[in-house]
Amino acid sequence: MKKEFKVIAQIIQNNKRVLDVGCGDGTLMDYLKKNQKNDVRGLEPKKDLVQKCISKGLSVIEGDAEKELIQFPKKSFDYVVLSQTLQAFLYPEEVLNQLLRIGNQTIVSIPNFGFWKVRFHLLFKGTMPVTKNLPNEWYNTPNLHMCTIKDFVNFCNKKNIKIDKSMCLTNEKISEITKRNMQYKNIFSQLGIFLIQ
Amino acid sequence: MNTDTKNIKKLTINQSLELDCGKTIKDFSLAYETYGTLNKNKNNAILVFHALTGDQFVTNINPITKREGWWSFAVGPGKAIDTNKYFVICANVLGGCMGTFGPKEINPKTNKIFATTFPVITIRDIVKAQKFLLDLLGIKKLLAVAGGSMGGMQVLQFVSLYPDMAHSAIPIACSASHSAQNIALNELGRQAIMADPNWKKENSIPNKGLAVARMAAHITYLSKQGLQEKFGRKLQDKGSLKFSFDADFQIESYLRYQGAAFVDRFDANSYLYITRAMDYFDLEKQFNGNLSLAFKKVKSKFCIISFSSDWLYPTIENKEIVIALNACGANVGFVEINSDKGHDSFLLNVPDFLKTLSEFISSTYNEINNEKRI
Repeated sequence: MKKEFKVIAQIIQNNKRVLDVGCGDGTLMDYLKKNQKNDVRGLEPKKDLVQKCISKGLSVIEGDAEKELIQFPKKSFDYVVLSQTLQAFLYPEEVLNQLLRIGNQTIVSIPNFGFWKVRFHLLFKGTMPVTKNLPNEWYNTPNLHMCTIKDFVNFCNKKNIKIDKSMCLTNEKISEITKRNMQYKNIFSQLGIFLIQ
Repeated sequence: MNTDTKNIKKLTINQSLELDCGKTIKDFSLAYETYGTLNKNKNNAILVFHALTGDQFVTNINPITKREGWWSFAVGPGKAIDTNKYFVICANVLGGCMGTFGPKEINPKTNKIFATTFPVITIRDIVKAQKFLLDLLGIKKLLAVAGGSMGGMQVLQFVSLYPDMAHSAIPIACSASHSAQNIALNELGRQAIMADPNWKKENSIPNKGLAVARMAAHITYLSKQGLQEKFGRKLQDKGSLKFSFDADFQIESYLRYQGAAFVDRFDANSYLYITRAMDYFDLEKQFNGNLSLAFKKVKSKFCIISFSSDWLYPTIENKEIVIALNACGANVGFVEINSDKGHDSFLLNVPDFLKTLSEFISSTYNEINNEKRI
């Protein structure tokens, strides 16, 4: 399991109800179910991945978060997880509002567009960045709304979204983001992981 | 219909069953079949519900019709519902014509067949009758309840009535309340039967009407694309149009065959009664317009499956069930399987569907066995 999921799993307490939005093949769900006794549900738009999840015994619903989240009642999960998908939505703000409505707490991870390699790529090559975390070209990327760690934190502050935890990943190493190291982390982290409510 | 149902498994239910219509039935027969073996822990039983024109003979050769059972692709040794591993039970529905109490039985009071004097039955009645069977077989908790189309409706009704009785529920290509379009299509079939002059005559069978009903229904089980690909405008054993009303086109000949074959195995009045039961099915209404309440106490894990080309029970109707389940925090998975075979997809060899079905059931089975060990 990738480091990001390990970090997310650590944030989640045992025996709690979790909704994994864009759960993919269910790797994180499976881990949470088996190791932390979490009651997990998933939402995933790709049929083949949904079939994979159901085959593993994971309760996953085929559907698009932008249309389907509305059906879940208010505060019906302890945690809602959205891993590296926020940037791919047409209306990320609305999705985020739904996540906050459904979960007591929400865990969001974002690929950091402020990462130095990304900046470097655009600055010196003059073309849209292609990196390990952002492997697609501009013409086939699913990412519509890229943001930086700083952008996300600013957004939360502006919308009165409380950030309980902010972490970042750099080359598989996890560290905390603070007010003091924000500028630095915004350049040197590939991924931001936030626990918000 | 002319079948001898003397040699099939039957139980007589001695308890009384109060039907939704207000009448009570007692000492009625329930025909059923089982496949595989019930294990020592009695935790490998799967109750399969058949659809409108199905029967208890889920797999193998049906001893009455001599044809393959209706769910042979899904049920059998080594198949998705593996009878080497699970104990599969299926009962002929109340109102049916394969040995269970239905309109073709003799009314002991009049010594004539019930025909339309048989009480109108509902999906809830059909499900309650099958609960007696489980009690008699000594099964307290099922590994799964599964069924497609009207079988799926029975799954929903079953878990709603008995929220503690099934570890998992698999409603396939169905709906929680019959749509206007589906009521209309059923009415078309019933009117075809009733328009047959033989229908009201004693000792005669409305074969023509029943065949037309089946032909119309059969079209609704397929998709436009599926029909086009299979038949197109191909002609039946002839080089050119004959400028007559014979079956020029292969599709015509195919439908005529489907209609003719159907009347040999099905009773016209059963068709009236069972389609009526489907039309009356409205689980939402049973719970005052809130479908979520139907599932509030249900502990089963759901796997809901629809098919992309099914226009009779389209994905959107299956999704309404998912939404209701989510609204009450139930344990539900849902997938729409890509298939161009229409509503009939659940009966056919659709590998993605069979794989999902198989693995969902086996994961549930492993889960309950692991829990036991802990």
